Amino acid sequence: MSILGKLAEKSWLTPSAAGDGVDMNTGPEPAAKTALALFIAVLTSIFFLFAVGYRMRMHQPDWEAISDPGLLWINSVALVLASVCMHFARKSALSGDIRGVRYALTLAGALSIAFLVGQFAAWGILRESGLYAVQSPATAFFMLLTGIHALHLFGGLVVWARAAARAWQGIEVKRIRLSVELCTTYWHFLLLVWYVFFTLLLLT
Amino acid sequence: MAYVAIADRDHEHELHDPHTFITKYVWSQDHKVIAIQYSLTAIFVGVIALLLSGMMRLQLAFPDSFSFIAPQDYYQFVTIHGMIMVIYLLTALFLGGFGNYLIPLMCGSRDMVFPFMNMLSYWVYLLSVIILLTSFFVPGGPTGAGWTLYPPQAVMQGTPGSSWGIILMLVSLGVFIVAFTMGGLNYVTTVLQARCKGMTLMRMPLSVWGIFIATILGLLAFPALLVSAIMMTLDATIGTSFFMPAVLEAGMQNDHEGGSPILFQHLFWFFGHPEVYIVALPAFGLVSDILACHARKNIFGYRQMVWAIVAIGGLSFIVWAHHMYVSGMDPYFGFFFATTTLIIAVPTAIKVYNWVLTLYEGDIHLRVPMLFCIGFIFTFIHGGLTGLFLGNVVVDLPLSDTYFVVGHFHMVMGVSPVLVVFAAIYHWYPKITGKMYNETMGKWHFWFTFLGAYSIYLPMHYLGILGVPRRYFSYGPTEFIPESAQAMNVGITYSALFVAAAQILFFVNMFMSLRGKKSDPNPWGATTLEWRTPQHPPKHGNWGPSLPTVYRWAYDYSVPGAAKDFISQDEPAAPGAEGFDPEHPNG
Repeated sequence: MSILGKLAEKSWLTPSAAGDGVDMNTGPEPAAKTALALFIAVLTSIFFLFAVGYRMRMHQPDWEAISDPGLLWINSVALVLASVCMHFARKSALSGDIRGVRYALTLAGALSIAFLVGQFAAWGILRESGLYAVQSPATAFFMLLTGIHALHLFGGLVVWARAAARAWQGIEVKRIRLSVELCTTYWHFLLLVWYVFFTLLLLT
Repeated sequence: MAYVAIADRDHEHELHDPHTFITKYVWSQDHKVIAIQYSLTAIFVGVIALLLSGMMRLQLAFPDSFSFIAPQDYYQFVTIHGMIMVIYLLTALFLGGFGNYLIPLMCGSRDMVFPFMNMLSYWVYLLSVIILLTSFFVPGGPTGAGWTLYPPQAVMQGTPGSSWGIILMLVSLGVFIVAFTMGGLNYVTTVLQARCKGMTLMRMPLSVWGIFIATILGLLAFPALLVSAIMMTLDATIGTSFFMPAVLEAGMQNDHEGGSPILFQHLFWFFGHPEVYIVALPAFGLVSDILACHARKNIFGYRQMVWAIVAIGGLSFIVWAHHMYVSGMDPYFGFFFATTTLIIAVPTAIKVYNWVLTLYEGDIHLRVPMLFCIGFIFTFIHGGLTGLFLGNVVVDLPLSDTYFVVGHFHMVMGVSPVLVVFAAIYHWYPKITGKMYNETMGKWHFWFTFLGAYSIYLPMHYLGILGVPRRYFSYGPTEFIPESAQAMNVGITYSALFVAAAQILFFVNMFMSLRGKKSDPNPWGATTLEWRTPQHPPKHGNWGPSLPTVYRWAYDYSVPGAAKDFISQDEPAAPGAEGFDPEHPNG
């Protein structure tokens, strides 16, 4: 039944069968997935508002655009590959291939760490170029947007580390399937956020 | 695969089944204990905020009489009073307190779906409270920037607490938001994924609907506060200029340039207005359930009530700039926000009509919770209507910086929700403690609070129309303010101190009743599931060996032909019985 159909229910007329089979206690998987979807909604709100702040601040007269370090392109490729590896890890987990999960998951984590190191290096390049946060709002926003994104990826890596460790411990694949699925969704989301931010930085 | 309820799965159940005093009452993962922890902490800080307001009133009535209230102290009291009341008391109490207690019980679940995260939510909330209170003990004291923390003044020298105080405030808010997010994810997921068999969305009591939608609002709106807190912290610490413009500070230009204070205002109010409904929607839900129960009548227009909650939730995100008319804006922009503000009054008015129509021809029992609910209807109509005045740009401009606004928002989001808090505590106290309180004392508490609150806030509207500005430490000889205004200020202060003292009745009643007589498991004859737990008060896991099954909505009161004047949600229908249709009562 659609959500509108559910909201149109005349519940006072149905004191009969127990809710026409409605039973929401369906186990841990939907709960974890629902919680992640909600969390992604919260993060979307956070990232969106940072982006809105960026756009609004740009219109102030003191705004001077900066040239973004070319290293960001390489970092972006690393994050795409991390997401692709996550996707393979998920595919392997669903088909019960623990070996595939191990390698894909490890590679995804390594590429993500490489991305973070790359982002840090990009900060260094900006700093060496003589632009410092206090003087340039564009630089401050660059560091803010990349920093917030990196922080969330770092949080994801904490969860990833636990999943990867369990995968290498020889645990049954079905016991880490959910973790891998959740990580994959989260990585895809962060990839999307990065591309929105990166586009925003490049266009401005 | 046969379904196993989340909190029913053996291994997990064992994991958070408490065995020791510490795991049962301190590091508890039981939603009921967490609810009580949240509530007690929130009420504790609420009392601090109440004391601060008493000091403010003393200063306003008797300026220059108290050596311990300097101008900077006054602004610190205003700021911390507002911040505590809105966020650390009301948001935490409605969602962390009532949300935690009622969602699993009303939905027929054993617990929240993520009990550990739920526990963590409370402790992180406590940390945010501690950080906030710490600001009283740092050099310069807490911030005195006003609860809206507007830059540039919030971080400039001369504003009380512009060094440590503001930083601690912002950090505390950030920590609070983390706590709220952990709790909020739990509440929404529990409502969506852990309702018992038969509990369709439209069979949920309106309390759950109110808390559910308010939590979604919180999850989407608090990020705006977080974003602005992060950016302002950077402005105040490492010297960025997100919000801070170039300003002359003590004759010298500060280190900032080009920042946009208006950007902060947009972000703040993008959170700030939904925040009004984060507090109001749970109150709406709780009032609906308590009114129906004590009027022995189904809630009037249940579906409208649900739709109105959802509509208000959606609309609350597109009215924020009506708080910023005086900041200056494009007239079309102002027109848009004035219009949306008027539109949001429509679903809100529907709710008020439906409460009144629920009372109409009801079998009204004027018990303590009912008195508070009826009091709420009065104060809410009052505060709501003055809100319509202020929602219009031309009326708002002259009134915005006066006591009219203070009267309005205290009526609509101070007194009204607090009356609901009392109604709900009096209504569910027997469930939570297993004891019954002293009704007479409760009724005295109501009349003192209700009439007292009116005598505080009604005169403020007149002060506002006279043009008495708000946020002033003292007025001195001001030509356009007549002397009678000061006499009114003295009267308001006496009322405020009286109302504050009257709350002692409440605390004494609640505390003494813990040793009082035992209550019946369902003393009000309510239909909702929380009154049907096998133990009274409910134990860990709520439901004994098996979860309840729901057969009907939450408002089967005074059903014609029924043996009692209420039918619980988990009572099966008699064979061949059809539901009572309030739209066609005669069949």
